[in-house]
Amino acid sequence: MLKRLRENKSTQGTLLALPTTIWLFVLLIIPLILTLVVSFGRRSPDGDVIYTFTLDNYVRLLGYSTDCDNGQSACFDPLYVQILGRSLSLAFNTTLIVITMAYPLAYFIARAHPKKRNTYLFMVLIPLWTNFVIRVYAWMMLLRKEGAINIVIGTVAKWLGIDFVPLELLYTPGAVLIGMVYEFLPFMILPIYTSLEKIENSLYEAAADLGASPFRTFLRVTLPLSMPGVVAGTILVFIPVMGTFIVSDILGGRQVILVGNLIQRQFLDARDPTFGSAASLILMVLTLIVTYFYTRKFGFGEEIVAA
Amino acid sequence: MASEFAVEMRDVVKRFITPEGNEMAAVDHVTMKIKNGEFFSMLGSSGCGKTTSLRMIAGFEWPTEGEVYIEGEPMGHTPPFQRKVNTVFQSYALFQHMTVFQNIAFGLEMEGAKEDEIKKRVGRALEMVQLSGMERRKPKQLSGGQQQRVAVARALVKTPDVLLLDEPLGALDLKLRKEMQLELKALQQQLGITFVYVTHDQEEALTMSDRIAVMSKGRVQQMGTPVEVYERPSNKFVADFIGESNFLEGKIKSLSKDEASVFIPSLNAEIMGMPISQGLANGEDVVVSIRPEKIRIAQKHALNQNMIEAKVTNTVYIGADTHVYVDAQGSKLKVLEQNHISRLDTNSFYKVGQDVWLMLMPENTLVLKKD
Repeated sequence: MLKRLRENKSTQGTLLALPTTIWLFVLLIIPLILTLVVSFGRRSPDGDVIYTFTLDNYVRLLGYSTDCDNGQSACFDPLYVQILGRSLSLAFNTTLIVITMAYPLAYFIARAHPKKRNTYLFMVLIPLWTNFVIRVYAWMMLLRKEGAINIVIGTVAKWLGIDFVPLELLYTPGAVLIGMVYEFLPFMILPIYTSLEKIENSLYEAAADLGASPFRTFLRVTLPLSMPGVVAGTILVFIPVMGTFIVSDILGGRQVILVGNLIQRQFLDARDPTFGSAASLILMVLTLIVTYFYTRKFGFGEEIVAA
Repeated sequence: MASEFAVEMRDVVKRFITPEGNEMAAVDHVTMKIKNGEFFSMLGSSGCGKTTSLRMIAGFEWPTEGEVYIEGEPMGHTPPFQRKVNTVFQSYALFQHMTVFQNIAFGLEMEGAKEDEIKKRVGRALEMVQLSGMERRKPKQLSGGQQQRVAVARALVKTPDVLLLDEPLGALDLKLRKEMQLELKALQQQLGITFVYVTHDQEEALTMSDRIAVMSKGRVQQMGTPVEVYERPSNKFVADFIGESNFLEGKIKSLSKDEASVFIPSLNAEIMGMPISQGLANGEDVVVSIRPEKIRIAQKHALNQNMIEAKVTNTVYIGADTHVYVDAQGSKLKVLEQNHISRLDTNSFYKVGQDVWLMLMPENTLVLKKD
């Protein structure tokens, strides 16, 4: 038996993949199927799921409401579509800002002296030692009316003799954006650094040797060769930002509601798992569509993209 | 062409700070004049300063002292992209994200050449290195030898005044390397471009070069044609580094312009040789260098003053030659005998323990400075 196993590579492969396969089946595939089934169900008055087949939840998500103010039987309420749109645009903006911030830093680290690189990378990783939620709360301390930022500006204003009304920084879309950028920056720096670090110095020299100025070397050699890192980083940032609800919950309050918050509230506050399930699936489909078109254009980040 | 010399290094010094914080001269007062159209090699083991010298010509490094001239123009701190030289890198440094065509076209695009001109010149460059039809391949889809050719074509398509080659054949296997040596040499002769070639392989340097600079410890030990550096090495280092040599230590007894009599204490004999190193003086302690293939073995003492008695200690049959190891009163010498007669018994000429006489021709016996 053991001898046969030693000779049979494909059985070995199956055995090695088995634990993860079981894990994923029990904790991903089955729950997904359950979510799908529940999303077609109806909520009973006391918050239970009535298993049936109705598209009501999806219709409601798209904005058709049966609960109208003016007595009509159906009307259009763009609330949920707005939430989806807001989530998408926040994820796009976060990713873009994170790329523009992470790239120069990753470039700086990759071109630094090899001995110093590890120190710099270490510094990038230090924030990750603190719990995600605590870091978001830290931003709340900074941004709120009596927070550090307002105190500093207020002190300076007082010193200059200018009247100062504390700024409303917290519970704004800007606060959520800052929080998202802060949380996900390391996940962009690391993959970009990895792909930049792989570029041999002789390639920069070859480009210069062939007549390319530093700027053109960057456009024609550095940037295309580091695209796999940018792509990998984008996937690592975009997808979580689409679904995260903690950042918007703490820094956005009731003002900035994202799909993540919507789903969370359906399950916990509104006690409507059927609508929550439908929203979850829509979020997943939306993320998949964006990722699909993105990776179709740029690959998954493992292959070198043609210039 | 503005100058007789394609490249000139005038008293160039390059100092680096070592990781321990010490200052080290990688290139130590090097002066070289490389003529237009010449195939010039810098030869030496790693750390001798050859690559640093090449990088200073390319513009990747700037001299600490002295000046590099290209076509008579002082280069100062001119960046690489403004110099009319191109480099073939040791690792080829091909752009993996570009096709063969895009790699070769890169330098022309940087010049702002028009599209149809680029097409024409890339086509010609590919023809030159016999890679026509490979335009659309990516470097990863090529063999090592083909990648090397792309690197050469990419540099040559810019029609530089000088082509710099940094151990370009180092990664290839022996057979391919020999082929490429001849190909590169033919290409250089056909184009008439100055080649500056860095290598640690003495055979490669001897095969390809018009002139060789033998380097060690940041300094040029000797500069000359392949024949000169092999037959007339200017010091012991060169004699030892290029080819093989037997060395005997002695003291000059009498000296004229083309003859020196050297007393060898270990042999208790005086032998006649050619004074080679500059500035030898009577009574000076010197080294006598004799190449293994230049020693003749005789069975009997002939009427020749340059004969020393020896005993065969070992013989090694190498096909074309037999290496005969002898002991001359404690001095171990190596003699290379060509097997010009076919015999199955390899011991038929020399047996271990046999007494022989070694004939040293005075013109093959080089008297060199001790260091």
